[in-house]
Amino acid sequence: MTRQTTVEATGSRLGTGLGTEIRLEGVTKDYGLAAPAVDDISLTIEPGEFMTLLGPSGSGKTTTLNLIAGFETLTEGTISLDGADVSAVPPHRRNLGMLFQNYALFPHMTVAQNVAYPLRERKVPKPEIARKVAEVLELVQLTGRDDTHPSRLSGGQQQRVALARAIVFEPKALLLDEPLGALDRNLRAALQTEIRRIHREVGSTFVFVTHDQEEAMNLADRIALFNNGRIEQVGTPQQLYAAPETLFTARFLGDSNVFELGAVGTGGTVAWEGESWGVDPETVAAHPGVRAAGAIVVRPEDVEVAGSRDAVPVGANAVRASVRDVEYMGSYRTLLLTVGERGLLGRARVSALRGEYAIGDEVVLWWRPRAQRIVAA
Amino acid sequence: MTSQVKTRRRPVAVDPVPWWLKVFGGLVVAFFILPTLFVIPMSFSSATTFQFPPPGFSWRLYENFFTNPVWLDSLGNSFLVASLTALLATTVGTAAAVALSRLDGKAARFARTVLMVPIVAPSIVVAVAVYISFLGWRLTGTVGGYVLAHTAIAVPYVLVSVTGALGGFDQRLLKASASLGASPLRSFVRVTMPLISRGILTGAIFAFIVSFDEVVIALFLRSPLFQTMPVQMYNSVTVEIDPTISAASSLMVLAVTIIFILPQLLRGRAGRRQERRP
Ligand SMILES: Nc1ncnc2c1ncn2[C@@H]1O[C@H](COP(=O)(O)OP(=O)(O)OP(=O)(O)O)[C@@H](O)[C@H]1O
Ligand SMILES: [Mg+2]
Repeated sequence: MTRQTTVEATGSRLGTGLGTEIRLEGVTKDYGLAAPAVDDISLTIEPGEFMTLLGPSGSGKTTTLNLIAGFETLTEGTISLDGADVSAVPPHRRNLGMLFQNYALFPHMTVAQNVAYPLRERKVPKPEIARKVAEVLELVQLTGRDDTHPSRLSGGQQQRVALARAIVFEPKALLLDEPLGALDRNLRAALQTEIRRIHREVGSTFVFVTHDQEEAMNLADRIALFNNGRIEQVGTPQQLYAAPETLFTARFLGDSNVFELGAVGTGGTVAWEGESWGVDPETVAAHPGVRAAGAIVVRPEDVEVAGSRDAVPVGANAVRASVRDVEYMGSYRTLLLTVGERGLLGRARVSALRGEYAIGDEVVLWWRPRAQRIVAA
Repeated sequence: MTSQVKTRRRPVAVDPVPWWLKVFGGLVVAFFILPTLFVIPMSFSSATTFQFPPPGFSWRLYENFFTNPVWLDSLGNSFLVASLTALLATTVGTAAAVALSRLDGKAARFARTVLMVPIVAPSIVVAVAVYISFLGWRLTGTVGGYVLAHTAIAVPYVLVSVTGALGGFDQRLLKASASLGASPLRSFVRVTMPLISRGILTGAIFAFIVSFDEVVIALFLRSPLFQTMPVQMYNSVTVEIDPTISAASSLMVLAVTIIFILPQLLRGRAGRRQERRP
């Protein structure tokens, strides 16, 4: 009864514009293996936010999503939706939509029947079901395919049907577990755009799992970066890229030149292989581990290449390198470099207008202390 | 390199079947259907004793069968027991198969083995055990007794066929179903069952036939008031020499054949309907 009134109250528009807050506190899942799959994570996902759980394979993203959905039971901690603890609520009563990598469409039902499934479970009246199904199929641009069976659709179309099915009942939030993982590159890009658009139109909270950093950067309002069952860092894509706290974050998002330092003093300079480099205190990560063991991270686009030390401006940090390879990328080129005495691999992105470099050229890399970041190693 | 692979590939045509395999296959087929080929002509015999070849054509044996209440009742009893057995065994066997498909480890393997025991246990052992316990529970000679005993030996067949069907069932669909708001029971009814219906149907047919054919337990459980068809057939040759049994046998063969073929016909139609969909 109550459900029915809710459905009617929201009127004809799909989505209410009101997302749900998802709060994880001290969430732990231990399968009894060497280490817990999810280890004491706390994360608050804001109402209507597009949150991406990013991380390498086996880092606990799917487990976290399954804990939110209720498919796994918590070993420790609490999960609450809009402040209500749902730890004891079975998945079918959590009212959360879910999207899977393999689509998980019901093969014995047509597109329309698949999409109507959650509405029928909620005993929505027939005419209302028909209207909502038509509306949501229009939203995912599949109008007219109502009577098709899923096996007759392409992967991208199947995932659109699954998306329609997962949002048609106006769930509190949508959980997506690598939904584009099985699609080819172009289709992925198209569906990413579409998922963003639908997120905007529906206005509900999205939690999107992926191991693809580019996808996470494209989609997310915020990224929670997972590593070994823990959250390494949470922030906007720009924050994670520009101000990583740890070496793991710096390496996972984008390319970087990494100079490992050992202990970082509180002085104005650090030393690396005999070079002495200036430090801008604002670029030192707040991470507590940074003083014990730090590393300097410089993005390839922040590195300049000079022919000799004389050409390096005063106050810049510099290091000797030799060109190992040149990758031509249209308007710019990426130099692959051998840096320092131990032959570290480095990268610099230079404009195509800045002259030619040949393999074996001896150069000097330099960057402003402001452009570097000192992170916990 | 590639051309070498190509020339080495076996010819696309199917290998010819050697003559001895054809002969052997023919013998096996003959071994299975010859008894039936004798029984059916004999059921149309005009003789009052067993004679082969039949001296003349007549419907008399069928007339006997369909006018004699002893035969008709036993046929009705068999249908009743077999139908109830099919219902119960299919329910129990399907539930067991679904449960076992979600479990693994020692306990599940053990449970599976226990459920399969009735297939390998000698019928006479099962029959004696059933008889002794049912005497105490006053179940001998009752429909309930027959159904329970037959269910025990029919469940393994359902378990095997439903387990087979579940092998191709994507368990992730149940996760999807739960996320869409369906309780586990609703998910079973709306997702699992339609997708494993073939296995369930096959299991039900096997259960029906296992019960319909069963004679050893039925002999122990029979009472003057309630006998199944195979028991009546057994009586008709051991107690009285009644050639009506050849009509009865032919009818059994016919019934079992129809039951086996029916779902295939239905399936064929359903399959074609599916294909016509755009
Ligand atoms: N049901 C389970 N039983 C035991 N261990 C499990 C189970 N599910 C996951 N794990 C373990 O938990 C860890 C985290 O797995 P999870 O699936 O959450 O990783 P993921 O980040 O989603 O990885 P991927 O990108 O490969 O999907 C892995 O080490 C995995 O082996
Ligand atoms: Mg995963």
